Amino acid sequence: MLTGTHFMNGDEACAEGAVAAGCTFFAGYPITPATEVAERMSLRLPQVEGVYIQMEDELASMAAVVGASCAGARAMTATSGPGFSLMMENVGLAAMLEVPCVLVNIMRGGPSTGLPTLVGQQDVMQARWGSHGDYEVIALAPESPQESFELTYDAFDLADKYRSPVMILSDEVVGHMTEKVLIPAADSLARPQRRKRKPAKSGFIPFAPGENEVPPMVFAGEGYHIHASGLTHDEYGYPVITAEAQERLVQRLMRKIRDRADEIVRTEELYIEDAEVVVVSYGCSARTTRDVVETARQRGLKVGMLRLVTVWPFAETRIRQLAQTGTVKAFVVAEINSGQIAYEVERCAEGRAQTLLAGFMGGRIFRPDELLPIVEEALR
Amino acid sequence: MIQKLVALRERGAERSNWQKGHGDHPLDRYLKEGRIPHIWCSGCGIGIAFTAFVRALDKGQYDCDKTAVVSGIGCSGRAAGYLNLDTYHTTHGRAIPFATGLKLANPQLKVVVFSGDGDLFAIGGNHIIHAARRNVDITVICINNFNYGMTGGQGGPTTPLEARTTTTPYGCAEHPFNLIYMAKAAGAVYVARWTVLHTYEMRDAMIEGMNKRGFSFIEVVSPCPTGYARRNKLGSALDLMRFYRDNSYLTDELDPENTALPFKGRVAVGRFVDIEKPTFTDMWESCVVSRARK
Repeated sequence: MLTGTHFMNGDEACAEGAVAAGCTFFAGYPITPATEVAERMSLRLPQVEGVYIQMEDELASMAAVVGASCAGARAMTATSGPGFSLMMENVGLAAMLEVPCVLVNIMRGGPSTGLPTLVGQQDVMQARWGSHGDYEVIALAPESPQESFELTYDAFDLADKYRSPVMILSDEVVGHMTEKVLIPAADSLARPQRRKRKPAKSGFIPFAPGENEVPPMVFAGEGYHIHASGLTHDEYGYPVITAEAQERLVQRLMRKIRDRADEIVRTEELYIEDAEVVVVSYGCSARTTRDVVETARQRGLKVGMLRLVTVWPFAETRIRQLAQTGTVKAFVVAEINSGQIAYEVERCAEGRAQTLLAGFMGGRIFRPDELLPIVEEALR
Repeated sequence: MIQKLVALRERGAERSNWQKGHGDHPLDRYLKEGRIPHIWCSGCGIGIAFTAFVRALDKGQYDCDKTAVVSGIGCSGRAAGYLNLDTYHTTHGRAIPFATGLKLANPQLKVVVFSGDGDLFAIGGNHIIHAARRNVDITVICINNFNYGMTGGQGGPTTPLEARTTTTPYGCAEHPFNLIYMAKAAGAVYVARWTVLHTYEMRDAMIEGMNKRGFSFIEVVSPCPTGYARRNKLGSALDLMRFYRDNSYLTDELDPENTALPFKGRVAVGRFVDIEKPTFTDMWESCVVSRARK
């Protein structure tokens, strides 16, 4: 395993985080600005008894990732907007079959081909509900190459724990930014483990909920003879096309993440205790936000920052708490889209605090002098 | 008997020994308990192909713990759900890439894709040619019934010119794929075609395909009395079996280019390709891994 201090970009750091987490399968398709993830994986996986395969498109890439995970491998893919759209089909399959897998999305500006080489954060809602039907996922947004390593490493554990797709919602700025990345020694990282124990074969029911309402995962070739179907199914995995089966299954798929949101959600808070304005941000946008909050504090303005490390599930409880304190007059949501997270903040603030959007359409990271006036306006 | 099995299925959670088969037939151990009766229409050929596959599992003595079947969507796609193996009923067209992931993550597995012509050659057409090109070590069994049965009999990539379906009410104006020719051209190392009349040949082709290292492809020409045959006045399932008997001709020598299936035309059957070529995994080991671990 690679250890020590390295100078690498966010894409490469995602790949190294995956390798450190024991990822042994990568299927992908080249796309700017995510190609460096695939390139790094093609170099690294054969060194660690893994397999890299370049598929014919992103539909196939995601399908292969789901298949590989079903056969026991920790599996990942990486893409950007247009490829992310194609992957949605089998994200739904992974959600329905409850197959752990990790998708890295290095977000670029859209819609459509948009800005292949320039930044956007416009896939936030797509990450949540981009495939048809109701399901919940986990999405993590790194703000640096170091965090790209760490969150990708953690994403595999979360995927296995909740039997769910986990997204790394990085962006072109973080993906292509080169910074110091510290990779800890292998023995200081938790040993990658897909499950605590193999379930007993006698009386085994493949989709009977276990710990956290998550059924225990078994792999092809272990002799359990399971059937996993994208059709609505019962606890045996058999198709049951009824309203009752749908209610039972989909409610559980939602609950297993929603009811555990407080365990999953991670945020970083800066100067929040006495803040009258809280700037909510994530990914590369949080880097500018940090600068603006520091400047505001130097000027004696009561401004704080809430950085979403997990974008999904949403930090609903924390936003509600802050809105209820009476101290927070307003939230400013700084993001490179037209308000995908701002709507969530507004919903959770429930009218107790104002929500202002600092929304930018992408192509570049916004400057501090573009955000600061909006923060000042919120203070008035 | 059927009533008993329906009752068994409906008992749901009360099922016991659900992995152990459900009756006295010697092949029952290959079926998941309580899954029969199946969904296929009376006279449909998928059940015959399915039985041939179960017989292939038996005759070929495959380890059921190490054999996985992946299906896409459609009538044939339901086959996976009846088998007492590790089985995956995936998204429309994506059975092959799913199977590719399964196989590469655990090369000890025998991986078989069992699906239909629309699933594998229309929505999944890109995947089958690339899997054949890479020579991934999987076996693809394609039930070709010339239309989309599950959705009620629409035209598809194998519907012959002039044939009528619910979406070609005046006759099909598109040229169909010749699956045998396409599989060969894409690089498959084993290619065979049989009709559901040829139960033993079909079974043996499945065994040959599964034993073959690399991408093997078996087309099974099958009647769809409810959808395709009815709208084209081709008669009953029995009439279609008679048609296969009178119009199939065995030719291992024929160039796959000349094996197209015209409307109401003759059916070339046999083994058309059987060659050796390094698989994806062979090349991965010899070309990539050996250099990466220096």
